[in-house]
Amino acid sequence: MIQIDERRTRGKTAVLPPDKLERVWAWGGASSGMCYVYRPTTTEGLQRVFELARQSGRSVGLKGGGNSYGDAFMNSENIVLDLARMTRILDWNPETGVIQVEPGVTIEKLWQYILGDGWWPPVVTGTMKTTIGGCAGMNVHGKNGWQAGPIGEHILAFDLMLPSGEIVTCSRSENSDVFHAAIGGFGMLGCFISLTLQMKRVYSGYLAVETAAPANLREMFELFHAHVDHTNYIVGWIDAIAKGDALGRGDAHLAYYLPPGADPNPQLSLSLEHQQIPDTIFGLIPKSAMWMFMRPFMNNVGTSLINTAKYVAGRVGSGKRYWQTHAAFHFLLDYIPNWKRSYGPGGLIQYQPFIPKENAQEAFGDILRTCQKHGLPNYLSVFKRHRPDDFLLTHGLDGFSLAMDFLITDGRKPEMVRLARELDAIVLAANGRFYFAKDSTLRPEVVQAYLGTETIQRFMALKQRCDPKEVLQTDLWRRLFR
Amino acid sequence: MFNRKRPLEPQPRAIVIGASSGIGAALTRKLVTEGYIVAALARRARQLQDVCAAANKNAAGRAIPYVHDVTAYETIPALFQQITQEIGGLDVIAYVAGVQLPVGLHEYNFAKDEAMVKVNMLGAIAWLNEAAQRFERAGTGHIIGVSSIAGDRGRIGSPVYNASKAGLNTYLEALRNRLTRQGVTVTTIKPGFVDTVMLENAPKTFWVISPDEAAAQIYRALRWRLQTVYVPLRWTLVGLALHHIPSFLFRRLSF
Repeated sequence: MIQIDERRTRGKTAVLPPDKLERVWAWGGASSGMCYVYRPTTTEGLQRVFELARQSGRSVGLKGGGNSYGDAFMNSENIVLDLARMTRILDWNPETGVIQVEPGVTIEKLWQYILGDGWWPPVVTGTMKTTIGGCAGMNVHGKNGWQAGPIGEHILAFDLMLPSGEIVTCSRSENSDVFHAAIGGFGMLGCFISLTLQMKRVYSGYLAVETAAPANLREMFELFHAHVDHTNYIVGWIDAIAKGDALGRGDAHLAYYLPPGADPNPQLSLSLEHQQIPDTIFGLIPKSAMWMFMRPFMNNVGTSLINTAKYVAGRVGSGKRYWQTHAAFHFLLDYIPNWKRSYGPGGLIQYQPFIPKENAQEAFGDILRTCQKHGLPNYLSVFKRHRPDDFLLTHGLDGFSLAMDFLITDGRKPEMVRLARELDAIVLAANGRFYFAKDSTLRPEVVQAYLGTETIQRFMALKQRCDPKEVLQTDLWRRLFR
Repeated sequence: MFNRKRPLEPQPRAIVIGASSGIGAALTRKLVTEGYIVAALARRARQLQDVCAAANKNAAGRAIPYVHDVTAYETIPALFQQITQEIGGLDVIAYVAGVQLPVGLHEYNFAKDEAMVKVNMLGAIAWLNEAAQRFERAGTGHIIGVSSIAGDRGRIGSPVYNASKAGLNTYLEALRNRLTRQGVTVTTIKPGFVDTVMLENAPKTFWVISPDEAAAQIYRALRWRLQTVYVPLRWTLVGLALHHIPSFLFRRLSF
């Protein structure tokens, strides 16, 4: 028998304005939720939103650039605090490379601001549309994960606004427990209102890049093993459709910083104009239209063709060395605007497991084969090297990750869910970890298993301290921790 | 707990207003069977509780009772937001609440007339306006209004009941014309004789179906995104005939 709760049917007093209601899409476009979106520009504005949340009995989810693939910034039927308009650079010291920014400053604005002074962000994502607040909340990594660690390692301090409106300053020496949990804490402890980061000195606008085309997974691992000690960046692409002996074939890009003096004209290469990514492909097709040309190939057959062509081209060009600008090397995902639209109306999700190096080759082989068995090979897989770090909810470990994009349609969803269950089991058996920015499929028991009860209890204790009324929530939080 | 969402396993959410008996109760049961999370609204708490408890037995979805009087218009915006928050979203809203009071052939009773207009029409407008505004912003959603074949013509036996349903029909048509271009579907359901308490006031009946059959047909209209549906379907013929009886004949008929 269900008891009707009187309080329930009375209706709460504060009605939120319906014109604040927006359909917020997961970046991958495979799911959405209706949220009351507020876009404050000042810390006072932020405080007012938290006040409104208290009055209306609603929770608050934090959103930066909205580049998480799944529901990490979604807070259905509740408030979403969009920080993308808090974009001031508060302080910059070109001598020391220390910068203080508001959370809505994007990687794009950051690198464009500092490059002319000979600095580059030590960790950048594959798109420059991410915000520093979002990057810190997810503790993102770059193609240099095993060298530079996640972005959290380059954050010197931050100010965190708690849902009560109180502001707490955190660093490695001050409130260090909150420091290590709010970074990577996916916005569940408080809202960053300013962050201080250390940038990296560069002596040229170029990186020296080298290509390789491993013929299978074993060669891919060998390549990484052989080069991790002396390169600054490595990223591999894997043709997830190739089977048998060719399983795990693909290509790889290795890059090095140029030492002082190597670039004859650093002034020029460090200038913004020099870093601009061209806006046509082959000087012909406008990039903004490119996704339409990709659309017909976004199926198992089409991607198989493209992958083979890409692998062969990589093989032919293997061993090539050239200089490439930082922007062109790092922001591959911005190379084709709206590329996600080529996946069609059902969008895509990403599944990115992290696996310790001793188990990685076998586990990734299993993962690729399992995807193929389900008829759901992923259409883009990116392979990277990582290292452990001391953040509480970290995804980092001494090993590798494979970020896999899966096309989603209504018909594919049930099979994708079954596939994800199987992949979860492989990853857990290999002592692997996961990454909330990329997640759409995890379940509470899987998160419990990989983070461990003790870690979760520690995080919950901090949550209790920073946000006792559990004002900060997202769909992801409710899905995995409630 | 109903606001927990899994991105790849979407669970549809619905509000059914007028869920304690008849078509509303049957529709609640049907939706819950099909895996919906349903906010079931009605004035009568005990009946509503029984409907929800029965619906939740061995069902894929879940019915959650909310006691509510549709004529308490001022509470509706807050309650609508509260429900969407508690059930974690909204895909479908079905307004089923309706009253038909017995009116004598020579009776003109404003109290009865007002009661019918308030429940059948104003309640619908108060609820569906909220839903329309939300669905328009969402770019998706389905509004179902359970009207009646009685709204097709004004008849001697029930002038204001007919008028209230005609008003509802026109309102729903206007919503449809507004919202189709925004990706929202608006379905007008026109039941003929369905075996509910309302039939107690009907003098003679034919082609009667059970509320469960009616709910199954409404669910089909939902799946197929139909616009205007007579329930049962063969009442389309009656509707067609009704529409085409010229006034000089109609005013001499005694039904």
